[in-house]
Amino acid sequence: MKPYEPVVSHIAPLDMANVDTDQIIPKNFLKRIERTGFGAFLFYDWRFKADGSENPDFSLNKPEHKNARILVTRDNFGCGSSREHAPWALLDYGFQVIIAPSFADIFYNNCFQNGILPITLDSMTVDSIFSMVKENPALQFTVDLENQQIKPAGKPAIPFEIAPNLKEKLLKGLDDIGWTLQFADRIEAYEKALEV
Amino acid sequence: MRPPYQELLEVCILPLVDRVSVFDFFTGMGKTLFDKVWERHLINLEGHPAAPKPDENRHLIYIDLHLIHEVTSPQAFDGLRLSGRQVRRPERTFATMDHNVPTKDRDKPVKDPISARQMEYLKKNCEEFGITLYDLNSYNQGIVHVIGPELGLTLPGKTIVCGDSHTSTHGAFGALAFGIGTSEVEHVLATQCLVQARPKTMRVNFKGKLPKGVYAKDMVLALIGKIGTAGATGYVIEYAGEAIEALSMEGRMTICNMSIEAGARAGMVAPDEKTFAYIKDRPYSPRGAGWDKALAWWKTLKSDPDAKFDAEVEIDCSSLTPQVTWGTSPGMVAGIAEKIPELASAPDEVTRSSWQKALAYMDLAAGQKITDIKIDKVFIGSCTNSRIEDLREAAAYVRNRKKAPSVKTVIVVPGSHRVKEQAEAEGLDKIFIAAGFEWREPGCSMCLAMNDDVLEPGERCASTSNRNFEGRQGKGSRTYLVSPAMATLAAIYGHFVDAREEA
Repeated sequence: MKPYEPVVSHIAPLDMANVDTDQIIPKNFLKRIERTGFGAFLFYDWRFKADGSENPDFSLNKPEHKNARILVTRDNFGCGSSREHAPWALLDYGFQVIIAPSFADIFYNNCFQNGILPITLDSMTVDSIFSMVKENPALQFTVDLENQQIKPAGKPAIPFEIAPNLKEKLLKGLDDIGWTLQFADRIEAYEKALEV
Repeated sequence: MRPPYQELLEVCILPLVDRVSVFDFFTGMGKTLFDKVWERHLINLEGHPAAPKPDENRHLIYIDLHLIHEVTSPQAFDGLRLSGRQVRRPERTFATMDHNVPTKDRDKPVKDPISARQMEYLKKNCEEFGITLYDLNSYNQGIVHVIGPELGLTLPGKTIVCGDSHTSTHGAFGALAFGIGTSEVEHVLATQCLVQARPKTMRVNFKGKLPKGVYAKDMVLALIGKIGTAGATGYVIEYAGEAIEALSMEGRMTICNMSIEAGARAGMVAPDEKTFAYIKDRPYSPRGAGWDKALAWWKTLKSDPDAKFDAEVEIDCSSLTPQVTWGTSPGMVAGIAEKIPELASAPDEVTRSSWQKALAYMDLAAGQKITDIKIDKVFIGSCTNSRIEDLREAAAYVRNRKKAPSVKTVIVVPGSHRVKEQAEAEGLDKIFIAAGFEWREPGCSMCLAMNDDVLEPGERCASTSNRNFEGRQGKGSRTYLVSPAMATLAAIYGHFVDAREEA
């Protein structure tokens, strides 16, 4: 995993609560056996009409929101399935930061396995970000993980909280398996003691 | 660290004396069922230079049982190969094929070449890494959350994970069981452990007795309606109370299965005599002295009377009614006698706009009666409701009637070969077939519609599965989550009717 570097981008808004993993990546696209190439199918049923053409009404298809690397959305983002194809699709499409008032548990974990930074902010602050984007869709935001802040150009920075170990994991691009294998002797001791 | 006296305490002393006072004596405070299972699986990292700081809430827990299937595992095995890692304990991982398997014409090759490729990869990966696989033709094949318990792999006090969110099902046995992503699948394969933050605990007390015609599915749907789809995010739920104790293992599995739909990490039920009776003499359950030793420990797996939960929720089952979801999230649910809520009654703007969007997608109107919703197709199956008791419940409502002519198809998909065999031995298949229902081969089927069992755009389906998301059962599909009883009655009448009136 590549170490996280500050993201500077405009923000794409997805003003919906409970966006589930079946929407993020519909199941008909789960049959690949690779980790890459899922971006083309992100939000497929919303992005494309039945005839395969782009749905111009969908937020991410609006010219002003294209190529954004930051997504802002509502409560319980990523609920539903444990499929890691969801963060793979978001990352492959270009999103590296997702801002929401809350995330579903498994999805949140999956983000950190793939170098995506999910940022939890209170609903009022998320509202204010939606307003800023509505007012000026081109507004650039810098997401600085090191200093735990989102900096809208020319406006006061918005601080955010994150567990120190998850922060370190993203900043250094650490692999959980490598971390755990340091404790191989302890795992062995556990297995011996409990005869498992 | 697990104190050295613990084993002695749990296995030798506890069965003989008053458990509660002994625990209190040693620990000073009551533990929840979750605490007991969690603490037994913590790897002791004390004194190790790389150990997390005490305030980090980062733990390494040992995983007793790992279940895998064809969809979320291929990238994990690729990861192992890329980094030259081995599977640490191949005998602790079991594989089956369920998500995209066909439910008919099993004697012919799998039509969808991409599904076939995923199944082929699973076979190849299991061979290469020495993992037991129950493939399409195995007697043990079935939905991963159905075969775990029926093979006796799922046992009280175990930690169980699988790359599937409905792994919470296994918590019905007093196991700590939860879904993981593919990176974590790779992590478990390589280390037999997982890095976890300790979750909070919630107790849901289902008090009172269920009325006739109301089932476990209605209990869990009512819970999700009450606390919301993110109501238990960050928690492990323990289900307790008179109504839980009265449920069969199948009913408890239905409830634990949908914990994830309330946002919970896992759901658990304390094991009791019903649990032990279910497990006894299953292919992988312990035997002889091993059984006695295990049983002594399992009997300690319940929350102490003075255990503290981070949250408590109570639901009165005596007034519960059959539940039907009307929207595109399991929390959008109403009782059979109710109407679809008015938008003005939404608690906030975000909810109001999601209701509005859901009603447009479902082509329903606020204020419409639930009993007026007409049904095109019916699906009885999934890891939520495809066990023998679910099929008995469905069959009991058929009573020599036939599906309504307006209902195009009704498919009944047993959860496993063993369930199918048992149902056929009881003649349930004949009851379904006589009613015009289709009797299929085991798999996940129309719950997620990754195989050929897909709804056409706009079709309305009464489904015993767990998710009513947009497009879940096919693009433009409209799913209504209900109990097997309610699904069967919808098949017979062509619209929803109150199971209490037919019970």
